[in-house]
Amino acid sequence: MRDRTPIIVVEELTAGYGESIVFEKVSFQVFQGEIFVILGGSGCGKSTLLKQMIGLHQPFSGRVLIHGMDITTADDVALRKVRMGIGVLFQSSALFGSMTLFDNVALPLMEFTDLSIKTIEQIVKMKLAMVDLSGYENHLPSELSGGMKKRAGIARAMALDPAILFFDEPAAGLDPITLAELDLLIKKINAGMGTTMVVVTHELQSIFNIAHRVIMIDKNAKGIIAEGDPKELKEHSGDPRVIHFFNRLPG
Amino acid sequence: MGQLSSQPSGYILRIESEKSGEVLLSVSGRIALENLKLFQSDIGTLQEELSPSNLSVDLSGVKYLDSAGALVLLQFENQMKARSIPFQWIHTTDEVKGIMGLLDPATLTTTPLTPLRRSDNLLEQMGEASIRFLNDFIQVIAFVGDLLLSLIYSLVHLRSMRWEDVFFYMKRAGLDGLPIVGLISFLLGLIIAFMSSLQLKQFGANIFVASLVSIAMVRELGPIMTAIIVAGRSGSAFAAEIGTMMVNEEVDALMVMGFDPTRFLAVPKVLATMIVVPLLTLYSSLFGIVGGLMVGVIGLDLTVNTYIQETLKNIRLFDLTSSLIKSVVFAMLISSIGCLRGFQVKGGAEGVGISTTSAVVSGLFLIIVADSAFAVIFYYI
Repeated sequence: MRDRTPIIVVEELTAGYGESIVFEKVSFQVFQGEIFVILGGSGCGKSTLLKQMIGLHQPFSGRVLIHGMDITTADDVALRKVRMGIGVLFQSSALFGSMTLFDNVALPLMEFTDLSIKTIEQIVKMKLAMVDLSGYENHLPSELSGGMKKRAGIARAMALDPAILFFDEPAAGLDPITLAELDLLIKKINAGMGTTMVVVTHELQSIFNIAHRVIMIDKNAKGIIAEGDPKELKEHSGDPRVIHFFNRLPG
Repeated sequence: MGQLSSQPSGYILRIESEKSGEVLLSVSGRIALENLKLFQSDIGTLQEELSPSNLSVDLSGVKYLDSAGALVLLQFENQMKARSIPFQWIHTTDEVKGIMGLLDPATLTTTPLTPLRRSDNLLEQMGEASIRFLNDFIQVIAFVGDLLLSLIYSLVHLRSMRWEDVFFYMKRAGLDGLPIVGLISFLLGLIIAFMSSLQLKQFGANIFVASLVSIAMVRELGPIMTAIIVAGRSGSAFAAEIGTMMVNEEVDALMVMGFDPTRFLAVPKVLATMIVVPLLTLYSSLFGIVGGLMVGVIGLDLTVNTYIQETLKNIRLFDLTSSLIKSVVFAMLISSIGCLRGFQVKGGAEGVGISTTSAVVSGLFLIIVADSAFAVIFYYI
């Protein structure tokens, strides 16, 4: 389902906190249907970049275009419309602790559609089944393991069938087996629904499992130092920083 | 040939051919959440009208299908098969196959692993509330005991006291509260003086406004108002701060590192509050008296000197001492209940909210109970 239609375009993006610049003049494109991974070491600005891409933070300069709309200058109404077409899995899953899983997944459907309660109930059950949480609709997030919370977070992010799914450090706090299962789920959803996925991670196994294409950000370079297929980068890159990262070498 | 929906709805549902009971239905266009309600209704109508010997559904014209749309199509297939009607999808695109492959309609009938929590009936709720109240009372007693022991230990071993924290909370609970305590006390004194002057004027007893305001402020309203403001500002802040630390496992970290959380977190807050609340109480009484003075001078033609003389004549050392004793006890109650509620936080953000509210409500309740007890005790002294 992958084609070369850019669905996200990041142009000359410079961002940071306060006076300090985390990355500058970063440009890249994400194509429809691909799993695009943003990787790099801790503190290089991966999550900052993701927050710019979903319009949570304002950049110092540059543009982020989603479906052709510049979200850095969009007004609240336009931004809300764009956000309805994207789903985000946050690092901590960010499920609402006082709501059951059913209510967590049903919330966007109740708010943004005119479907009957019965239809919403069926859609929620189906979404939970898709992430292998069938039967858990009455559970509270506090009653779930870390991996289950991530899957529930994906079900909620997919509630409105968004064209793009963003994942912020999905590997955080997960054991290798649970992470491998999560990778399989990401691939399954991508293959089945053609959803474009942007994943921020530094977990090597996960990168090789899921990524169609990656960009690597470096803290000192304050920008992208490599772009392409992860296996090719590992084998053919001449950049010592890329070699260090892919071979898990210190320094 | 019948067509149920046309292009404005985003899809076309059309019976292409109907030969000797064999029906060919074509679905084309876009089926997604935005037109799902209409699509469901059209499919439902078809289901009622059609009773073919064989049904084929051509999906070659489907431009976009989301998972909710795919679910409706799969349910349509299931319902037709349940009526023993032979059913086939034809010309299914890879995209449609992919999304249909993700869904399993059988999961829609799965029963939840746990039943939905329903609120108990009134009697059960009352019973549970009584048990909670009793347990809470025991916990408060135990915590205050633990806190007193920790406080005594810290005062005996002064090096173990976290003085930086004590000064920080003295500033937060005391210095930062000066504007609001001053304003409220001033207005309170002003209101008491104004209301009482309306009555006293009739008897030519204007001068007694000064004694009324001063005694009311020093004995009762100064300590009470200050305690209420501190409960709202600092008691809730202590509960929220410790509660958030509970949620983030910071209190667990302290414990495994060998720290006593009560001594580390609660004692500096309680000590700081016990130091600043008596000072705030004096400040509050002073501002209340100034409020009364304003009414006396502007509205009752009293001189500043007369008002001050009358005030000083009526305030006894006993009144000041009892006011300070009360304020120390109130401070102890407010801060300890705030800390206790923080330590009792369970769950996440909701738990912090519940505990913060409870810290204020319990604090106010304890202030009133303690003040009633003081009223009886001071009556007999």
